[in-house]
Amino acid sequence: MIPALIVFIYLGLVLYIGIFASRKGKNTGEDYFLASRSLGSTVFLLALFGTNMTAFSILGASGLSYHRGIGVYGLLASSSAFVIPLTIFFIGTRLWRLGKRFGHMTQVQFFRDRWECSFVGTVIFALTAAMLVPYIIIGVMGGGQTLQAISQGKVPYWCGGAIVALVVMSYVFFGGMRGTAWVNTFQTLMFICLGTIAFVLIGRNLGGFEQIIERLAAQPETAALLTRQRIPLEEFFSYTFIPLSSIMFPHVAIMCMTAEKVTAFKKTVIFYPICIMMLWLPSVFLGVVAADQFPGLKPGQSDDVLLRLLTANTDLVLAGVLGAAIMAAVMASDSQILALCTMFTEDIFAYYGGKRRFGEKTQVWTGRAFVVGVTLVAYLIALALQDKEGIFDLAVRFAFSGYAALAPVMLAALFWKRSTKWGALVAALWVAATVLGTWYLYDSTVAIAPKPGQPPVQIFPALGNLFLRTPGSITHFGYLSVMPMCLGSALLMGMVSWLTSPPSQATLDKYFPAEKWNPKANELQPSESLSHK
Amino acid sequence: MRKLLLFLMVFAVYVLHQDFWWWREYRPLVFGFLPIGLAYHAGFSILAAMMMAVLVKFAWPEHFEKAPAHHPPGAAGENGK
Repeated sequence: MIPALIVFIYLGLVLYIGIFASRKGKNTGEDYFLASRSLGSTVFLLALFGTNMTAFSILGASGLSYHRGIGVYGLLASSSAFVIPLTIFFIGTRLWRLGKRFGHMTQVQFFRDRWECSFVGTVIFALTAAMLVPYIIIGVMGGGQTLQAISQGKVPYWCGGAIVALVVMSYVFFGGMRGTAWVNTFQTLMFICLGTIAFVLIGRNLGGFEQIIERLAAQPETAALLTRQRIPLEEFFSYTFIPLSSIMFPHVAIMCMTAEKVTAFKKTVIFYPICIMMLWLPSVFLGVVAADQFPGLKPGQSDDVLLRLLTANTDLVLAGVLGAAIMAAVMASDSQILALCTMFTEDIFAYYGGKRRFGEKTQVWTGRAFVVGVTLVAYLIALALQDKEGIFDLAVRFAFSGYAALAPVMLAALFWKRSTKWGALVAALWVAATVLGTWYLYDSTVAIAPKPGQPPVQIFPALGNLFLRTPGSITHFGYLSVMPMCLGSALLMGMVSWLTSPPSQATLDKYFPAEKWNPKANELQPSESLSHK
Repeated sequence: MRKLLLFLMVFAVYVLHQDFWWWREYRPLVFGFLPIGLAYHAGFSILAAMMMAVLVKFAWPEHFEKAPAHHPPGAAGENGK
C-alpha cells in the first residue's frame, strides 16, 4: 500500500499546482485557454514536451520493444527527434505569429479565416475533435489500471479511474492552460529525472546490463531483439511520416500559441530531441531487458513490463515514487481535455455568436462546464467499456495516422497562397475515409493476422501486396498506411486547389503581406521599399 | 545560397536516420551494454538537436517578434473576424 500512498501524495501535489495556477489568472478567455500567451521558454519547452508524451510513450514503447527489440527507438523516438522540432520550427512559430497578430486560439479559427469558409472549418473541427476523444478515454482507463496495479488491487479500477478523472478535471477546471502547463512542466521533470534514476537502480540491482545483453544474444529467439531484424526497412522508412501528427494535434497546436515570445521556441526546438532521448532510451532498453527477466509475455501483457521491473528491482518507497512518475505520463489527458474545451468554446460557442450574446465571462464558464462534461462522459465510457480497451487503443493508433495526414492541409494554409477551402475539404474527407477504411481492414482481418515473426498475409490476393496484414498493422507493399494517407492528402489538396478559386485578394494580403525583414534596420519593411535600397 | 546549404544539411540528417547499416548486428556494445543500433540512434537524437541549433542560428525568423498584436484579446473568436 506504500506505493499507492506515495501516488496519492503525488496526485495531491499536482492538484495543488493546478489550482495554485488559477490564482495567477484573469477571468478572460485568452487567459483561461492560452495563459494570456505568456509562457516563458523553460515552461514552454517542458509543457510542450509533456503535452506530447502519453502513456504510450513510456509504457507502450517498452512493451513494444519487449517484442520487437531496440529498433523501436529508431522507429518511434529518433524519427520524432528529427521531425517534431522541424514542425515546431516551421509551423509552430507561424501559428504563434498568426495567433498573436489576429487573435487565433485554434487551428480551425485560422483555417476559417485563411480560406474564408465556415463549413470546411466545421468539418475539420469535427474530424480533429473525434480523433481526440479516444485519447481522453484511454487516459482515464490508464489511470484506473495504473492505480489498481500500484496498489496491488486495493484501489479498484472504478475508484482509481474516478480519482484520476477528478484530479485532472479539477486542475484543468480551475487552472486552465496555465494550470495544465505548470502541471505538465512538473510531470516532465519528474519522469525524465526519475526515469534516469530507475534505469540506474534497475541496472545496479540486476548486477549490470552487460551479462543480460550477453544472455539475450546467446538465445536465438531473443538475439533478434538486440538488432533491428524485426522491423522491416519499408516500415522504418514510412514511420517517419507519423511524427507529422504532432503539430496537428489540437493540444500541441494550441500550446504553440501560448509562448510569450517567439524566442521561447528556440530552446524548445533545440532541446526537444534531447528530452526524447532521455525519456525513450531507458524506456526502450528496459523493454528489451524485460525480455530476459520476464520471458513469454503476450503483446497485451507486455505493456506493464516497466512496472514489473520496478517492483522486482526497487524498494517499496522508490517503486511508489517511480509509479507516480508513470502516473504522470498516464495523466497526459489534461491538455487534450483542455484543447477539446478550447475548440468547443472558440470554434462552436464563440463562432456561432455565443460570446457576442453572453459575453466573455460566460464563455469561460461554458468552457469550464465543458471540461466537467467531457471528463464525466470519458469516465463513464471508461467504466462501461473497461473490457473493450483494445477499441480505444486502436482508435488512438489510427488517429496518429489521421493527424499526420492532415499536415499537408496546414502546410498549404501557411505556405501556399493558391490553396483553397475546397482542397482542404477534400483532403479532410480523404483523411476521414482512409482512417475508417484502415481501421475496418485491420478489424476485419484479425482472424488471418500472422503471428509475430511470420510473413505478412495478402488481404485481397488478386491485388497482390497492395493490402497486406502484418501482426500489428495494415501495410501497402510493406509501407505503413500513413504514407499513402499523407501523400494522397497532399495530392488532393494540390489538385483540388488548382481547380477551384483562391480566397479574395484582401485575405491573401492579410496572410501573405508584401513585407520583408530588413536585418540591418531590425524592422519589417514593405518589400518594394526594401528592394529600392 | 544559405537556404540551399541549410536544406542540404536537413536532408543529410534525414538520410542518416534511414540507416541500413548495423541492421542485423548488435556489436560493438557501446559503454559495454548498449547495442550499436540503439547507440547509433541515441547519437542521432543528439545530431538532430545540433541540426536544430544550426537552424536557429542561421534561419531564425526574427521578424515574427515584430508582428503587431491583435486588439482586443480574443477578438478573432467572433465569426473568425
